Amino acid sequence: MTEINLTYNKKELPTRYTRLGVLLLAIGLVFGIVAFITDQNRAVFNYLIAYSFMISIGLGSLFLIALEYIVGAVWSVPIRRIVEFFAATIPFLAILVIPLLFNMHELFHWSHEEAVAGDEILEGKAPYLNVPFFIIRVFVLIGIWSLFYFFFIRNSKKQDTTKDQNLTKLNIKLSAVFIPVFAISITITAIDWLMSIEPHWFSTIFGVYFFSGTVIASLAAVTLATVLLKENGYLHPSITNDHLYSLGGLMFAFINFWAYIAFSQFMLIWYADLPEESFWFLQKWNGNWAVFSILLIIIHFVVPYAALLAHPAKKNPKRLKFIAVWLLFAHLFDLFWLVMPESNQLSEGYSFSWIDLVFPIAIVGVLMLIFKMKAKKENLLPIGDPKLKRGLEFHL
Amino acid sequence: MAEKKIFGITALFKDPDSIISAAKKTSLSGYTKWDVNTPYPIHGMDNAMNIKPSKLGFVTLICGLSGTTIALLLMWWTMSVDYPMVIGGKPFFSLPAFIPVTFELTVILATASTVAIMFAFFFGLPENSHPLHDTDYMKKVSRDHYGVVIEADDPKFNETVVKDFLKSLNPVSIDVIYYPEKETYPIFEPKFLGVLAATAIIVSLGTYLTLNSLMYIEPFNWMMNQDKIIPQSKSEYFADERGMRMPVEGTVARGFIPYPYLGELIPTEVLLNPSISTKAILELGERKFLTYCSPCHGDFGDGDSRLRGQFQNPPTLHSDRARNFSDGMIYHIMTNGQNIMPSYSSQVSREERWAIVNYIRVLQRAKNANEHDVEFAKNINIE
Repeated sequence: MTEINLTYNKKELPTRYTRLGVLLLAIGLVFGIVAFITDQNRAVFNYLIAYSFMISIGLGSLFLIALEYIVGAVWSVPIRRIVEFFAATIPFLAILVIPLLFNMHELFHWSHEEAVAGDEILEGKAPYLNVPFFIIRVFVLIGIWSLFYFFFIRNSKKQDTTKDQNLTKLNIKLSAVFIPVFAISITITAIDWLMSIEPHWFSTIFGVYFFSGTVIASLAAVTLATVLLKENGYLHPSITNDHLYSLGGLMFAFINFWAYIAFSQFMLIWYADLPEESFWFLQKWNGNWAVFSILLIIIHFVVPYAALLAHPAKKNPKRLKFIAVWLLFAHLFDLFWLVMPESNQLSEGYSFSWIDLVFPIAIVGVLMLIFKMKAKKENLLPIGDPKLKRGLEFHL
Repeated sequence: MAEKKIFGITALFKDPDSIISAAKKTSLSGYTKWDVNTPYPIHGMDNAMNIKPSKLGFVTLICGLSGTTIALLLMWWTMSVDYPMVIGGKPFFSLPAFIPVTFELTVILATASTVAIMFAFFFGLPENSHPLHDTDYMKKVSRDHYGVVIEADDPKFNETVVKDFLKSLNPVSIDVIYYPEKETYPIFEPKFLGVLAATAIIVSLGTYLTLNSLMYIEPFNWMMNQDKIIPQSKSEYFADERGMRMPVEGTVARGFIPYPYLGELIPTEVLLNPSISTKAILELGERKFLTYCSPCHGDFGDGDSRLRGQFQNPPTLHSDRARNFSDGMIYHIMTNGQNIMPSYSSQVSREERWAIVNYIRVLQRAKNANEHDVEFAKNINIE
């Protein structure tokens, strides 16, 4: 067996990535501000989608890091840095959330005191759904995630120079604490941002639903970055299609998981047909939203399922690149489907507006800039990790 | 003794790396009938052996899709064609409700038939004694060695060439494996079958006895068996063992008043009318007369039936004979029946029958009114 060369020469990503990122972000910013001025309501709802998408990428990536440590995965060690770069989104959430907090009244029906008064359901939920407690929750959660992110990354980075195996053990312990915290915090996040825009509705599986989409989005982002970096020769040559197969397999698994959860949520509500629950789905069947609901099944499940079903498909870089972009779009579409029908001006059906296109552009720009910034500072390979050699040797 | 037939030549290796390189070299050398035996799956072996992706996946796909189709067709036929039922106001063919069953059938058909077809076609079972079984080679590759075997069926097989080739791979040892002289089927030996049968009998008997006598506990049956006598049940307490006792002589069911002249055509004695002709009683009598009597006797008792000749018309109730009947006699006719008129005791209650008697009296008086009655009617205030 050929000996694996563990010496690592850092290769800088070209500066045109930065330029492209800045350009996209600038376009997003300028048009975003115009959007906020011309149509505040629509802009806020679109911004919420973008913000939730950023949570998905950042938090999902942090979950993938913790998952690698806690299950002792070997194959993912050589590409862990890519996941870490995406997880770097988390501290920025504290800044990104601010425009939403200033526009809470556009977004949340329950934030209007006159609307809550006299509404029995909202009065009952008021001890949880009130503006001060909401803001506290948002920042406490971002703080907790940032803290975990900081510790995970600090240990991982330190290992590059010290090659200390105990740092891996430390991160395993950290993962064991993080995963329950993650489970609770992502449920709270899903309820706060996505479920409470329709405060009369409730679904206990909703947190899991958001979680399944989150993992798909972050896996797709990691896969896309891995394939692109590998194609351009920035990754270690020992990272083969077998590594990609694991990513493809995970994506396939979570596509099924998402479909399972989404269908579980739908079928129970559909079968019981209680007005207090079913109105939420009826809202998503109103006018041409029905087309979106059907498209969601096709985009988020049928197409990626068929595309990833076969064994060779999961290790084909071209197929994976396509499906990763597709899944990122699918998650955006999922969030769009969750959020937009709740906007008062679109409750009767969808009508196109340029505002819907602005924020996804900004998302791509922000993610590119964060990734580039981290890639400039850190190694693309966790050279001190004790599992690295076995990870590079990984074969199916 | 006949010449032994060679099955193949084996080579043993000490570590996974050398088996990978041996597999690579063997596949490059052009042999087609060869295999690798290792104690556990080795990553990268498929590539080293140059094995093409298995076709088994297509079997799974086809079987899974047929599971989907069968499930949907079954539910479509049973739920919307053969025996449509409204369940929870949903349409007869309501896809969301069918998805769980479809999913289950897809999964079970895909997995079960994959395993079955894998055994039947891909593994070539049933093959009960492979020549490699019970060899020293097989014992070693099940423990801590890694082996390559090149079979004699290979078109390029030549004993010395293969031996030289395997030697060039630097193995620990090389062995020639022969077919057994006589095909033996150890599973058909009487001793083995006897042990099998004995085991089956002992296990089933043991299980039966343990569960039915040793460990038997009556399951909780929601107090369905209670120590009391219920209708139709047996009881040891009484000499005749009947749980239900005969009632005392002369016992009457509640609400039942016996009628002593039942079955007599012309009773010598009849009951006296216990009811008084109040307005309410007469209205009740009218209603019951119109319901039960008027179809044959006519609305006013003239014997003009609505039966259109299906039965003989009854005589009029205004004849001298009928007018001279006592109240008890009319009651008796209703209760007992007369000529082709059946008994009405089961349709019309006792009080209602007496009310009808009173109403018939009213009809009779109205149909046969004299001047005195006309004067009387003028004097009373009719609302």
